[in-house]
Amino acid sequence: MTGKAYAAKVLLPWLVPALLLSAWVVLAKIGWISSRVFPAPWEVWQAALNLAGSGELWRHLGISAGRAGLGFMIGGGIGFTLGMANGLSPLAEKLLDSSVQMVRNVPHLALIPLVILWFGIDEEAKIFLVALGVFFPIYVNTFHGIRTVDPQLLEMARVYGLRRAGLFREVIFPAALPSILVGVRYALGLMWLSLIVAETIATTSGIGYLAMNAREFMQTDVVLVAILLYSLLGKLADSLARGLERKLLRWHPAYRAG
Amino acid sequence: MPSKILPFNRKPGGAPAGGLSTSLRGVAKMYAGLPVLRPLDLQIEAGEFVAVVGRSGCGKSTLLRLIAGLETPCQGEIRHDGQIRQTLGGDIRVMFQEARLLPWRSLLDNVGIGLTGDWQAAALDTLREVGLQGREHDWPAVLSGGQKQRVALARALASHPRLLLLDEPLGALDALTRIEMQNLIESLWLEQGFSAVLVTHDVAEAVALADRVILLEDGGIGLDIAVNLPRPRQRGEAAFARIEGEVLRRVLGQQTPNQPAATQHI
Repeated sequence: MTGKAYAAKVLLPWLVPALLLSAWVVLAKIGWISSRVFPAPWEVWQAALNLAGSGELWRHLGISAGRAGLGFMIGGGIGFTLGMANGLSPLAEKLLDSSVQMVRNVPHLALIPLVILWFGIDEEAKIFLVALGVFFPIYVNTFHGIRTVDPQLLEMARVYGLRRAGLFREVIFPAALPSILVGVRYALGLMWLSLIVAETIATTSGIGYLAMNAREFMQTDVVLVAILLYSLLGKLADSLARGLERKLLRWHPAYRAG
Repeated sequence: MPSKILPFNRKPGGAPAGGLSTSLRGVAKMYAGLPVLRPLDLQIEAGEFVAVVGRSGCGKSTLLRLIAGLETPCQGEIRHDGQIRQTLGGDIRVMFQEARLLPWRSLLDNVGIGLTGDWQAAALDTLREVGLQGREHDWPAVLSGGQKQRVALARALASHPRLLLLDEPLGALDALTRIEMQNLIESLWLEQGFSAVLVTHDVAEAVALADRVILLEDGGIGLDIAVNLPRPRQRGEAAFARIEGEVLRRVLGQQTPNQPAATQHI
């Protein structure tokens, strides 16, 4: 890649963040904002180093990521399985789809008081909220992906001797994959949202606890570290999803690099 | 000449399996109460190349789909080598108007669909026969329409079928690609000896490829003439033009010059 093209592709996306960061540094230095309200970048950095040094950062990070991951696997697994079942079997769809749609229309975060009553304030409650948030996008997109498989391709495969298992493996699942991955991307966003909210329910660990605790003691710099950690994890998850897409959807004209 | 690979249905040391013979007896088909095909009889001999022509909506695609087993007749029965088939596939292959390639598989994998055992060599060989050697690892998305249909043809022939059904496969291609594909189909048919049924709206294509041209009109067989021209067929020759003209006049509802003019149905 030529120097100019390289600069455009790799460096340009970082231009705006770099400008914002510089503005933050300048404003903090000239004392325009009170450090209580909005700490300077070097204070945030120092807070982060302290937490990392004492091991607290990693502990809370691991716990939050673990909750998110477990909730994603449970909610995503159920959503995927149900989406497949309802997509492939008209009987299953008639039985189950309406019920799922009815539950979907209740904003899951509004269920928090109910969740606390059912699960208490321990890990189960948080994982349940994450799982519930993740379930619907994955269910809907898996279902849609299976239902919109090109019938011409199915007919061709049947004529070429493929039966049920072969049809699923060779035609239905790969055809549904782009839609399923859209669901995964969307679900990842909801996963973090649900986790952040769930971690505001009385917690004793996790990034949310870090933030809540810091707020009690007016440690705004730690609060900002927590926020930055959340956004870092979000970006990581998104990159993971994109990597998955790039690998699994190499054949798709819309996803090909270039 | 491309190298010969033993097809999977050939007994070792035995004669080539050749084509299927297909017979339709009293076959009729209705859609939503309207008759598309009235009870008709048709016999296709092993290794014969039959073309079915007719106006849009005359039922020629339906006839092909019935022979393929994609639809079941409302009346009558269809037998291949004397047997009624219960399942799809086997030694019957279809080439559709669209290439219908799996976009998520390489060309090689597409050609090898449904094949078992050591199929890669046979698939590569068929790709070479249609002129796409060296491209076996490409995605279908990078191909042109004509190239995609060539892959579809390779896919249809990779398993050495005994009956090849072609449902207007060249309709979406430009005129020159169409002629090249026709020559390719003819040469592969001469080499492998399968039975073939070609549905087409292009009368010239029918006369260029087939031993026999059947005209479907009003849900039945209106014309069934043999094309006894030597192969490879020469399009410009008088005999070719005469047969083509005769069929075309019948398709368009005009009478032949010897008979009194009848009302024209256009």
